[in-house]
Amino acid sequence: MTTPQTLYEKIVAAHTVEQLDEETVLLYVDFHIMNEYTSPQAFAGLHSADRPVWRPETHLAVVDHVNPTRSIKSLDEMDDADARLQIENLGRNCQRHDIEIFDLFDTRQGIEHVVVPENGYALPGMVIACGDSHTTTYGALGALGFGIGTSEIEHILATQTLVYQVLKPMRVRFEGALPDGVTGKDMVMAFIAEAGVSGAVGYAVEFQGEAISALDVEARMTICNMAVEGGARAAMIAPDEKTFSYVSGRPRSPQGEGLDAAKAHWKTLQSDPGANWAKEIVIDMTRIAPQVTWGTSPDQCSPVNGQVPDPAAIDVASDRAAAERALEYMGLTPGMKISDIHIDRVFIGSCTNSRIEDLRAAARILEGKRVADGVVAIAVPGSQAVKREAEAEGIADIFRDAGFEWRGSGCSMCLAMNDDFVPAGERCASSTNRNFEGRQGRGARTHLMSPEMVAAAAVTGRVTDVRNLQKD
Amino acid sequence: MKKFETLAATAAPLFLPNVDTDVIMPKQFLKRIDREGLAEGVFHDVRRTDDGMLREDFPLNQARYQEAKILVAGRNFGCGSSREHAVWGLLQAGIDVVIAPSFAGIFFGNCEKNGLLAITLPEEQVSRIVDLVEGSERPELKVDLENCQITLPNDDVIDFEIQEARRRNLLEGRDHVETTLAKADAIRAFEATRQDPRNW
Ligand code: SF4
Repeated sequence: MTTPQTLYEKIVAAHTVEQLDEETVLLYVDFHIMNEYTSPQAFAGLHSADRPVWRPETHLAVVDHVNPTRSIKSLDEMDDADARLQIENLGRNCQRHDIEIFDLFDTRQGIEHVVVPENGYALPGMVIACGDSHTTTYGALGALGFGIGTSEIEHILATQTLVYQVLKPMRVRFEGALPDGVTGKDMVMAFIAEAGVSGAVGYAVEFQGEAISALDVEARMTICNMAVEGGARAAMIAPDEKTFSYVSGRPRSPQGEGLDAAKAHWKTLQSDPGANWAKEIVIDMTRIAPQVTWGTSPDQCSPVNGQVPDPAAIDVASDRAAAERALEYMGLTPGMKISDIHIDRVFIGSCTNSRIEDLRAAARILEGKRVADGVVAIAVPGSQAVKREAEAEGIADIFRDAGFEWRGSGCSMCLAMNDDFVPAGERCASSTNRNFEGRQGRGARTHLMSPEMVAAAAVTGRVTDVRNLQKD
Repeated sequence: MKKFETLAATAAPLFLPNVDTDVIMPKQFLKRIDREGLAEGVFHDVRRTDDGMLREDFPLNQARYQEAKILVAGRNFGCGSSREHAVWGLLQAGIDVVIAPSFAGIFFGNCEKNGLLAITLPEEQVSRIVDLVEGSERPELKVDLENCQITLPNDDVIDFEIQEARRRNLLEGRDHVETTLAKADAIRAFEATRQDPRNW
């Protein structure tokens, strides 16, 4: 009898070219994605060593991080010369090595982790790497996706492999049914709050449970995407019928008989009963309310009906110091109600929450309402395809009528490398994944939450339990 | 990549948990297509006030830590964004070693690829090093990778552990791509036997 294996272990085993030592393998990479800001130095390294790209057809480049999200017809309309250089440089590198690129004016352009599944590039069982930490997103399809640095980008370009340190398997089981008004975002935020931002460092996480099965594939992507904020370098959900129907019929998915054969294989991508987990966490779904961060680290998070904690109550000195610093930066006082936090800006976007289901969910809250006085609201769809779909469905009109600016796609105010940023001292309700100091702009104060919660904050001007609006 | 040699140098404390790569290298320094000019970016936004002045309460700005080549940091150092610019910048700013209770995965890998030695020690030990560094007249540590030892300001010596392959890579300053390309035949053989995931 073969030893029972986890899904993660199966995929690693199927991609091991060679075992290098006890913990390290030479791992074969099926697919690799690049953006304009972490890849230039990798190409430069390749060129200075005069090495070819091993398999150009397994790479895709996407412009998403530095581009403006206002509509432009040519790069000449960009005022940021450095950003323009990065975009042009990516184009030149792709042309030189015959690598496919979704440039700014391609109808398939968007945030890398949105366009890759959308176009069927990510499939169950694959190993996918990208110079971006949120590559864990593809775990939602039963693929092993993980982020890498620039040196590793160069390594994949040149060798199609990575020297990969194998992680320990960890299971996170959500017990109980998904309560009304609770989303995938709340589930992953609750997981991070429970495990801490380093709780999954060194582990490959697999999410299981009834509530996970109940989620649509896009909500599962939100979970796997943000799991990296808990330190997980792999976050997976075993593929099921929902996954198969999600990937079927997309431009780069297998078709016809190939699809049937692929499905037969995909069905084997499950953790075996009796597989060994190095760590397990159980999260009780009945205890999960919509989540909101109050600090500058994603685990500094509370249910919306909770309070800003008192650092004095934290035992570990370094954590206490970090919480004090966070509250000072955020301009909050211990003990105040989370729902008393007022909001200056709202942002719906990012690879965590800018897919069509996210926009639909936010639109259900916004329909027939107006953004509160003084609140600046922008929505940035995750891809141009999502944008077109939302426009066709009338969602864009709901956003505009509510007083949102409706933009083109890109990372935008998630990391504020373009001109979309939150001014110092202002407070932003954001559907993104990182509330780090300065992430959305120097001095910007970020409160992470689901897109529904962002919509609720937009219309009331303060952090608001979306379940109260849903009752209306 | 440069080889790591035994280092005796000033150590600076930065003992906060979860110092992320956005803080280590803020976004305004990510707009280049080469690896240059990043020393200025290291901790830029927490190191300076809004009008660009150096903040005295930031350790690396203090005279006693001016020459620091070693950083003694908190848990989960380097979390967040994958940007390798954080590691390039630390090296350009003179930091060759970071000691912490734990590191985020991508950052840890990036350190090794660039010859920056990331040492993991139990939290109590790191906390003790911080106390000694802060309390000593000369905040100096000696890091010996050959023997995996750190000499503290009070001359105590502590051992650290590091994976053997990483240790050798750092000591020899190996080119990772070249090492893997030596296995090109094995990679090709693997490709010949496997099922293409798009083409069943
Ligand atoms: S949307 Fe944000 S988190 Fe996602 S890839 Fe872009 S910058 Fe990174």
